[in-house]
Amino acid sequence: MAILFAVVALIAAACSSSDDSSSGDGDFKVAIVAPSASNDLAFTQSIVDAVNVLVDNGSISEVAITDSTGVPDDAAVAIRDYANEGYDLVIAHGSQYGGSLQEIAPDFPETSFAWGTSADTFGLDNVYSYEAASDEGGRVMGIMAAALSQSGTVGIVGPIEVGDAKLYVDGFKAGVLIQNPSANVPINYIDSFSDVALASEAANSLIGAGADVLSGTAQMVVGAVGVAKTDGVLWFGTQANQTSLAPEIVVASQVYHWEGILEEMVTNVKDGKLGGELYVINFANEGLVIEYNDGFDLPDDVRQLGDAAVEQFKSEG
Amino acid sequence: MTIDLSRRQRRFLAYSIPVLAVFAALLFGAIMLILLGADPIEGYSEMFLGAFGSGDALVATILKATPLLFVGIGIVIAFRANVINIGAEGQLVLGGLFATMAALYLPEMPPYVMIPLVLFAGLIGGAIWGWIPGVLKAYYSVNEILSTIMLNIVAVQLMAYLLRGPLIDPAEIERGTRIPQTARLAESADLPLLFGSDRFHIGPILAVLCAIGAYYLLWRTPMGFRLRAVGLSEHAARYAGIPVRRTITLALTMSGALAGLGGAVLVFGSESHRMVTDGSTLGFTGGAGFNGIVAALLGGLHPLWTIPASFLFGGLIVGGQALQRAVQVPSALIVALNGLVVIFVVAADRYRSKLLAEDGRDMVADADGEGGGEASAASSAGDVAPTGTDSFRPTGTYDTGDDR
Amino acid sequence: MSDIFTIAVLVAVVASAIRLAVPLLLAALGETFGQRSGVLNLGVDGMMLLGAFTGYYAVLKTGNVWVGLLAGSLIGLILGLASAVIAVTLKAEQGISGIGIYLFGLGMSDLLFQKLVGTPIPIDTFPQVDVPILSSIPYIGEMFFQHSMVIYLAFAAVPLAMFVINRTTFGMNIRAVGEYPEAADTLGVSVARVRYATQLIGGTLAGTAGAVLAISLGIFQGNLTNGAGFIAIALVYFGAWRPVGVMAGALLFGFINALVLELKTLEIIPRDLSNLAAMAPAIITILVLAFAAGRFKAPAALTKPFTRGK
Repeated sequence: MAILFAVVALIAAACSSSDDSSSGDGDFKVAIVAPSASNDLAFTQSIVDAVNVLVDNGSISEVAITDSTGVPDDAAVAIRDYANEGYDLVIAHGSQYGGSLQEIAPDFPETSFAWGTSADTFGLDNVYSYEAASDEGGRVMGIMAAALSQSGTVGIVGPIEVGDAKLYVDGFKAGVLIQNPSANVPINYIDSFSDVALASEAANSLIGAGADVLSGTAQMVVGAVGVAKTDGVLWFGTQANQTSLAPEIVVASQVYHWEGILEEMVTNVKDGKLGGELYVINFANEGLVIEYNDGFDLPDDVRQLGDAAVEQFKSEG
Repeated sequence: MTIDLSRRQRRFLAYSIPVLAVFAALLFGAIMLILLGADPIEGYSEMFLGAFGSGDALVATILKATPLLFVGIGIVIAFRANVINIGAEGQLVLGGLFATMAALYLPEMPPYVMIPLVLFAGLIGGAIWGWIPGVLKAYYSVNEILSTIMLNIVAVQLMAYLLRGPLIDPAEIERGTRIPQTARLAESADLPLLFGSDRFHIGPILAVLCAIGAYYLLWRTPMGFRLRAVGLSEHAARYAGIPVRRTITLALTMSGALAGLGGAVLVFGSESHRMVTDGSTLGFTGGAGFNGIVAALLGGLHPLWTIPASFLFGGLIVGGQALQRAVQVPSALIVALNGLVVIFVVAADRYRSKLLAEDGRDMVADADGEGGGEASAASSAGDVAPTGTDSFRPTGTYDTGDDR
Repeated sequence: MSDIFTIAVLVAVVASAIRLAVPLLLAALGETFGQRSGVLNLGVDGMMLLGAFTGYYAVLKTGNVWVGLLAGSLIGLILGLASAVIAVTLKAEQGISGIGIYLFGLGMSDLLFQKLVGTPIPIDTFPQVDVPILSSIPYIGEMFFQHSMVIYLAFAAVPLAMFVINRTTFGMNIRAVGEYPEAADTLGVSVARVRYATQLIGGTLAGTAGAVLAISLGIFQGNLTNGAGFIAIALVYFGAWRPVGVMAGALLFGFINALVLELKTLEIIPRDLSNLAAMAPAIITILVLAFAAGRFKAPAALTKPFTRGK
């Protein structure tokens, strides 16, 4: 038994690479810790896509990703480890990680941390926070949804009524009512982020209530999109471009483009400013973009409503 | 196959079987790593280092093992009474919630009062969540596998309801972000740290104490005797005048209580010192409710052997996460790998039992409950093959050839 | 603003309940066979997930939903074989081996999906097949006779399972092996062979259940089943190891889920209490069983590996 351990230890010692390299010139290493899968076509995918944009344009030299880590303490271990390994920026892409990050960040004054979605940097100078004004896109698409709806009923499928999801849903409903104050806007929070089957039945239920346009947020919403496709009901997506899920009926998606603020953060860190700022992506800074489905025949007047709403946010922001 | 092995050789082979099984699983894992374009040697060495290779790693492993141990001990107690508790996930959550509510609603108190109180609250929370299926089984014949699985679902929703409602951090409402988490809980409830570490708290020590306590309970107290008697034969126990229904209820209640305590430790030993949810139990427990079952069964349903079993399983999990970071494979691979290890270790167990069973006669002479592993635990306690029920049993071989 | 709870709404809820129940039903039927013969398989969810991914992937590659269904079933069969080897031949402790299979299935399906597919691509779903004549009956027609073929087949599996368990020699052997393996063995029934068979059946049905789920939804996602496999296991106990009981359990669970959803849409359930309402299926399932007074005993040999005695 002892021999076994000794052999393994020898191999380990021989093969373990040096761990404490900090970035050399031109090197900028970024790590992401996220609660869901990198390809969820929703929350986590959005940050992974953004980081990859920066890798392509050279701002970031190396990326490490630890996904599907829902437990904050596990994420904490990962965040600490990446900080120890000399990553310049560690992105804690999960609202539930905040409490842990608050404890970790002071231990690594040389490392920059980014926490999203949130609006709190704990007063620390090496923590950035970022969030999405998803209610803006919600409102824009809500307006268009109401304009497109012939039944006057627009339905929304949500996970649990918290955080970013609630922000989007509230914004969408507000948008629908702006365009059509007498519209019926049933909202169904299925109380799960992962029950795809339930999301699809929620969509059925909303369609049964007369909805001919639907929207929804979070990764389980793919189930709802499937139902919309089958029933020929229109869909507005958020967090990522959902056109590929149902090219016939997806009208548009509010896509999170974190790369703009990410670029700022990276530049700041390279200049020595490691934190202390709250970032928001919105229409004004083009962090939020409505990506229309070119394959969908959107009437011009509706498109104009959408564009006008976006313009309004841009001029206010 | 009859090879003449000395007793010592046989025991050595028996104890190294689990290790060999792990290696076999890791071999499969190596193939998967190669297919994913990762270097298995580098990966596995990082895995080992990440679990055992430094002080920090050991701390991480021990802390990961702690909820497994709490749950595992509870599982052992329940199984000894022939009750399967699949509800540890929910009981961990309830324990965490009760402990959190205690910290939020109790007035400011010094740590040496606060900490026992919140831990006790957690214990109560888990106990309730174990008591319910206990009563349902004992008095309403509702199978505990069903009720505990169902109660896990209820616990998730209860957690979501409380953490986004009454217990939410007021600052979240102010900021409009509405993250379902509590405020940073009272500092006086922080679990004390040990050895100058900034992470190693008293949780593991508590768990080990509970394991020792469970051992004494099961083999040195009348209550423990009743639990085991009911586990071996309900009929015989009833004839002996043991209140079977109450004992079954008690078994599940205690099992839940231990898990609840584990949940409280999770919250107050955590990095963030607050309770937060992502809408699932796994997001809080990290699967400890299920992994604890594995640890208990790997420990031969013996409280003391559950300690190293939890430690090793904790190491597997922590090491796996280090592996993921080192070679950048999707976390899903690590989950699959953990499953493979469990399957291989469990499958190889037959050979271990067989080898140990041949020693059975020697081990019967040992004091009750001592000796390692499953076969000896069963045989030394003089177990008799139980009659029909629908739950697990203290493991041992059911080979009718091993009648004692 | 709440609408009146109309007949039309009730019809929709029942139809929805049936759709939600089918994966649970199939997986639970499979587990029923296994448990009846004395084997507890806690890995059902993992088998469902691998069946779901395999089915999804097969449809993605071939465009044919029936090929997908078959693929999912085959993977289930293989996993059932593995489970049989572990539980019957190697006599492993059934609880843990099941959890191992669950973890393996959960991780593997997600991993394969991430590596072979990447961003989710939608697939075809089962076409709706209206039963001639019956589907035109007002209300009843929409509730029961306007579903996909797999749903009809799934419910047809219930009387089939009943027949097999109660009226065939094989079924008799299953029951004997589950109650008194020693006696069955003495009578010449190969306990191992029977249990292998039930594990194969269980695995196949679990894989099928997963494939049905994924193809019905037209998509795959990590942890698609969201714990449905465990609910299916629980339903075997609810149904007292009888196919009809299991079906009743699946329908009850599905119905409450569908009802709660509908009540949320109609805003009869206030959003603040949404989580409490989501507990309903679980609580009601327990209550129904508690007050239906379990008069059925479990298979006596459940979870006990068998070795021919000396």
